[in-house]
Order: sequence, then C-alpha cells, then structure tokens
Amino acid sequence: MSRVPYVRTIPKVRWFLRHPRYIRYMTREATCLFIGAYTLLMVWGLRELANGPAAWQAFLECLRSPASIVFHVLALAFASYHSITWFNLTPKALPLQAGESFVPDGVISGAHYAGWALLSLAILFLAGAF
Amino acid sequence: MSERQVELEVLRYNPETDKEPHFQRYSIACREEWVVLDALNLVKETVDPTLSYRWSCHMAVCGSCGMMIDGEPKLACKAFLRDYPGVIRVEPLAHFPIERDLVTVIDDFMAKLARVKPYLIPKEPAPANGEYRQTPAELKKFKQFTMCINCMLCYAACPEYGLIPQFIGPAAISLAHRYNQDSRDGGRAARQEEIAAAEGVWECSFTGACSEVCPEHVDPAAALQQVKIKSTVDWYQKHLMPWTKQ
Repeated sequence: MSRVPYVRTIPKVRWFLRHPRYIRYMTREATCLFIGAYTLLMVWGLRELANGPAAWQAFLECLRSPASIVFHVLALAFASYHSITWFNLTPKALPLQAGESFVPDGVISGAHYAGWALLSLAILFLAGAF
Repeated sequence: MSERQVELEVLRYNPETDKEPHFQRYSIACREEWVVLDALNLVKETVDPTLSYRWSCHMAVCGSCGMMIDGEPKLACKAFLRDYPGVIRVEPLAHFPIERDLVTVIDDFMAKLARVKPYLIPKEPAPANGEYRQTPAELKKFKQFTMCINCMLCYAACPEYGLIPQFIGPAAISLAHRYNQDSRDGGRAARQEEIAAAEGVWECSFTGACSEVCPEHVDPAAALQQVKIKSTVDWYQKHLMPWTKQ
C-alpha cells in the first residue's frame, strides 16, 4: 500500500471568501486604507502650509467640500472601528498578573481607552480647541 | 429519546483508486443527543466499513477526531447533531493533506511540535531533596496554555497556515510559550530560535481564528501576541541596551 496524500489547494487571492470570520478580518484590515489616505492628506496639508498663505487657504477651502466631508466622516468611522477593535484585544497581548489572579480584561482595555482620551485632549488643547 | 434521520455528506478519498476526493452521502437514523462521531461510527459499523477517520476517547481529551463539520474545525465528539439541522458536511481538517477519507497527514505538525522543544528544560539542577517547588501564582501564569490537546483545529482555522505552510503555527507556539512561562524552565533562548523567527510568531497576523475554534479555550492567539511582545522587547534590549543581560 503506497501513500498518495491529496493536497487541497487554497485560492491565493480570494482565500478570505472561504469563511465569514476571514471576511470580517479583511474588512478590518481594509480600514487601514482610509487611515493611510488620511495620513497622505495630512502630508499634503503640510506641503500646502509650506507653500504660503494662499496655498494654505486653498487647501482649507478644499477640506470644506462635500466630498472632503464625506471622506473625513468615513475615515473617522473606520479609524474608530480599527482602534476600538484593537483596544478590545489588548488584554490578550498584555495580561497583567497581580498575585494569583489576572487583572480583569476591562481594566487593561479601559486603561488604553483612557490613554487614548487623554492624548486626544492634549492634541486638541495644543491645537487651541479650548 | 427521539431519533432523527441524519444526512451526512462525507468527503471520501482512497489513495489507491481516486485521483481526487469526492463527497458521499449517508442517511442513517441517529439519536438526537448523539454527536457527529457517533453518526460516523454507526455508518462504519452498519453501512460502510471502509470509511476511515481517527478517534479515540470520545470525550474531547485525546484530540484525535478533529475534522471540518459544515466548514468549521470541530472535534467530532463535541459536535452535537442537534446543532446541525440540515445535511451535515464532514471533511478532513483543512490545510492538511488527506491521507484517506477523513484522516489527514499530520507529519508537518509533529515535526514543528518537536522543533519548539515543548518540554521542561530545567534552569537549575534538580533539588537534592524533594521536588521543584512552584507557587500557585507561578502555576497560574501558564496553566491556560497547558490545556492544549494537539487536536490541530487551530491549524485548520488559521488562514496564515493555509497560505504559508512553513508557519510554525498556533498550537506549537502556544506550547513553547507555556514552557517559557514556567518558573522552573530555562529553555527560552533555545525556543526563541524557532518561535521568534520569521516562520514563527511574525507570520501571525492576529486573525484570531485559532482562539475562536479552540475546544479547550487555550487562546493560542493570546500566546502568540505575548511572544511577539517579548521578542520585540528582546530586540530593543539587544540593540539599545547591549550591556544588559540577555
């Protein structure tokens, strides 16, 4: 009797269509595209700022366009989804043991949320929002 | 006890006669409280003795009867028929070559398991009088990762392993982490050679599928992320603080 194992092939590109949990995973990965696009927008803004007051004003006008507002709303939603799902996973990566028991998951992810809020407030303060 | 006519659609493959696997339908009367493994056993005993599959304990301890049930990696002894109202599709564990019917070739996993040295490498000579001592807190640090039964469901769920078979994978790395976390162990440096390499944790993209399917709640995804963090700290320590003890 000879061994002739059969190897099943997996589609190299559309592999994630095999299971809903893979689609969910790839959807989360795709949110990075919006975060990346927003980063490019920031770089563009910096360049316009360096180009002088007129260029900067034109850039600000551009940001007020309906398309820009839609993009910002989407980018904010996707960035929030990405951040929240990430913070909710932090207890897995950073378990803290105090004595015999582990610190509850909510405390670890909660600390991340608190840090997020504090940093956001600090940035808003530096930007003169208050 | 009620009975139900269960339709099983089982992937068959005979290496001596088949070019590729094909589905075969079996219709059998099963008790409602049975598991899929009971149904397979009834098929083998009364309908088709040629049907091949692995099983042993029938109580989710031995880890032998892992298979894809309706596309999900499951232990056949823990998959209750009542949870599957329609035709039940049974296939060998995904991402492993098929030896015959539902039996997979597990040589790859066995070799990877050996590579990560999943055993205690004492950091100091055995105490002259008595046993190694360990506090309850030290035990709790790694106990969760001792629950692995090597059933390989996590490998069948892991999309990375499916695409990149060189990946050492969830169970083997979790077991390495289990020993690394053990206060009696001193073998971490030897294991890092394997698990901190590109084919080790860095192949993991934290899909989390391994933890979702683990029948023993080992949470391999957590183990892998913890290994990533520790390996990153190692790297920074080596490059930014080379004078410190590695």
